[in-house]
Amino acid sequence: MAQRHSRRIAGYSGTALSEFLQHMVNMLVLGGTYALLGIGLTLIFGIMNVVNFTHGVLYTFGAYITFIVVQQFGLNFFLALPVAVLAGWLLGAAIELTLLRPLRGSDIDTTMLVMIGAWIAMQSGTLWIWGGVAKSVATPFPDAPLVVGPVSVSWLRLFVLAAAALLIVVTYLLINKTSLGRAMRATFQDHDTASLMGVNVDMIYTSTFAIGSSLAAAAGALLGPVYVIFPQMGDLAAVKAFAIVILGGLGNITGAVIGGFILALAEELGAGYVSSGYRDAMGFLIIIAVLIFKPTGLFARAERVG
Amino acid sequence: MTRALGLTGTVALAAALFGGTAGAQTIKIGVNEPLTGAFAASGTYVVNGAKIAADEINAKGGVLGKKIELVIEDNKSNPTEAAAVAEKLITSDKVPVLMGAWGSSLTLAVMPKLMEYETPMVVETSSSGKITTTGNPFIFRISPPSAVEAAAFKNIVDKLALKKVDFLVINNDWGRGTAEDFSKMMKDKGITIGLVETMDQGAQDMSAQLSKIKSSDSETVIVTTAVDQLTLIFKQAAALGLKKRIITTGGSQNPDQIIAQAGAAANGTMHLTTFLPWFPDKTPNPEATNYFITEWKKRGFEFAGCTESFRGYDGIRTAAAAIEKAGKAEPAAIKAALWDINIKGLNGDIVFRKSGPEGKESGQSQPNVYLIEINDGKVEMKTL
Repeated sequence: MAQRHSRRIAGYSGTALSEFLQHMVNMLVLGGTYALLGIGLTLIFGIMNVVNFTHGVLYTFGAYITFIVVQQFGLNFFLALPVAVLAGWLLGAAIELTLLRPLRGSDIDTTMLVMIGAWIAMQSGTLWIWGGVAKSVATPFPDAPLVVGPVSVSWLRLFVLAAAALLIVVTYLLINKTSLGRAMRATFQDHDTASLMGVNVDMIYTSTFAIGSSLAAAAGALLGPVYVIFPQMGDLAAVKAFAIVILGGLGNITGAVIGGFILALAEELGAGYVSSGYRDAMGFLIIIAVLIFKPTGLFARAERVG
Repeated sequence: MTRALGLTGTVALAAALFGGTAGAQTIKIGVNEPLTGAFAASGTYVVNGAKIAADEINAKGGVLGKKIELVIEDNKSNPTEAAAVAEKLITSDKVPVLMGAWGSSLTLAVMPKLMEYETPMVVETSSSGKITTTGNPFIFRISPPSAVEAAAFKNIVDKLALKKVDFLVINNDWGRGTAEDFSKMMKDKGITIGLVETMDQGAQDMSAQLSKIKSSDSETVIVTTAVDQLTLIFKQAAALGLKKRIITTGGSQNPDQIIAQAGAAANGTMHLTTFLPWFPDKTPNPEATNYFITEWKKRGFEFAGCTESFRGYDGIRTAAAAIEKAGKAEPAAIKAALWDINIKGLNGDIVFRKSGPEGKESGQSQPNVYLIEINDGKVEMKTL
């Protein structure tokens, strides 16, 4: 009797365990892409202090670039990724040069309004060019998933996770280990001193915005084929990116990465064990909690005083 | 300054006169559909079907000696926008009748505006029961409510040997209404209802819900949502190794699009649809069905869209028939005439019966419902 009872519990917890493991794998894959979205925005919003409403559109833009390269030109999916990164870089540089440079020094509200305008104009542009109907992109990955024990995951998503991890590491090294990264941090800490030290401040502004933009485009290019591509796809992505940045602390790359995984964990467990109807609300509940108890984010940099 | 004002006045007057004359030459029908947002694909198909109907009617001389003109507005898959669009069509474009608004939540948002301006609307797609039971006498629905779908499905559940069923539905009036109506029918049949999972209409990642369903002990999943989300669900279910029988409802599946985009993942899935473009001879009106499909292909649209676009075609023909019967393009007359029409739709005769509280009944037509199965990338018909 006791034995039968314990076997039943073992059987039950076996299913529960496989479900939990599957949720964890889903979380890792989702978290990787959230982290990528987050670091692009934390560079611009956190370090440059620009409330970048075009982040979501740049994400959408990256996705449409893969659509053009793969579906319209019939070229390889792997070629589409660097093309999307480059296109995102160029579009980001263009936004900085035409919209943000003339506004440098103006107050945050003005910049914010201009960026909202840019967001609406660019979103309408994608709608005008490609229409409102969702597009899908074919990839060279097999339909059959990778199955390990009770857990199963698609090859495409594994590739997306690996690519996201690579981009995150490259960005981290760029900001923390290169002279360009040092110049960036110096510029946004003290614009005048950096300038006096011989840093080309204009170039730093443009390249920071361009790098952040290319990361958004990369996220879109990676996730476009996983999901479907449509003009408003960036809206929810942008909201989540802001949430991740706030969660991780402004301008903190490690924080943005961890924030991305926390958001994915909250969504996955929330939908899996609480209620799927409130999936997107879970992340925001955490953010409200963070803002109440630790308003500078979970991993805020120690601010220099004076 | 005075001169400028005078000029503006003249231009406005001329525009009003010109507008007035143009209005008298055509009869307008307002079309309120989602052309962007989550339901963009479906709404666009419906509008393209509506255009075929308008062109066909106009080629035969129009209605009451005038051409019909579709005034098409995008409700952005958003209930607030759907209500605003209805108001704009009625007050600014002065349409005497509307067709819309695809989704149940969109239609429900439009309904108070119909009461306010006393203008009838032909509902071509929405399936929530609430639409025809809350007492809105301006609603004339040609699509089946989910209870009718559930009733049609009832006859086959024994053959399918369903035991325990999970639901994955879109989190709005359509999805929740379907889960409710199908659960009721299935419980009566002795089938156990397991999980009822929902997803936001814009959600792109349903892996969490599907992982939960994968671990449940049911053998069948009923899925209700539009085609873009369905495609994602099939792909994600395959990626998670979900091996349960999937049955979709709602008639917005576009099975050929699922086959094209989800590939092998679509095999073995079943779908409740309201049109059979694959087997025109089995439809209630083969001649019209063949004409519609030929015209659809001639315009270069994807065949996959037929299962959705036929609603737009039937909806506009319904509205036009009512205008003809009314003898004038006025809302009250059209509303009265809708009760008297009897036209051959692509999916059965369109005749409105009373539904809802007495004295303020809505009109409900009784279309056919079919069950199809995808096997080896091909659509097969199952007998209900």
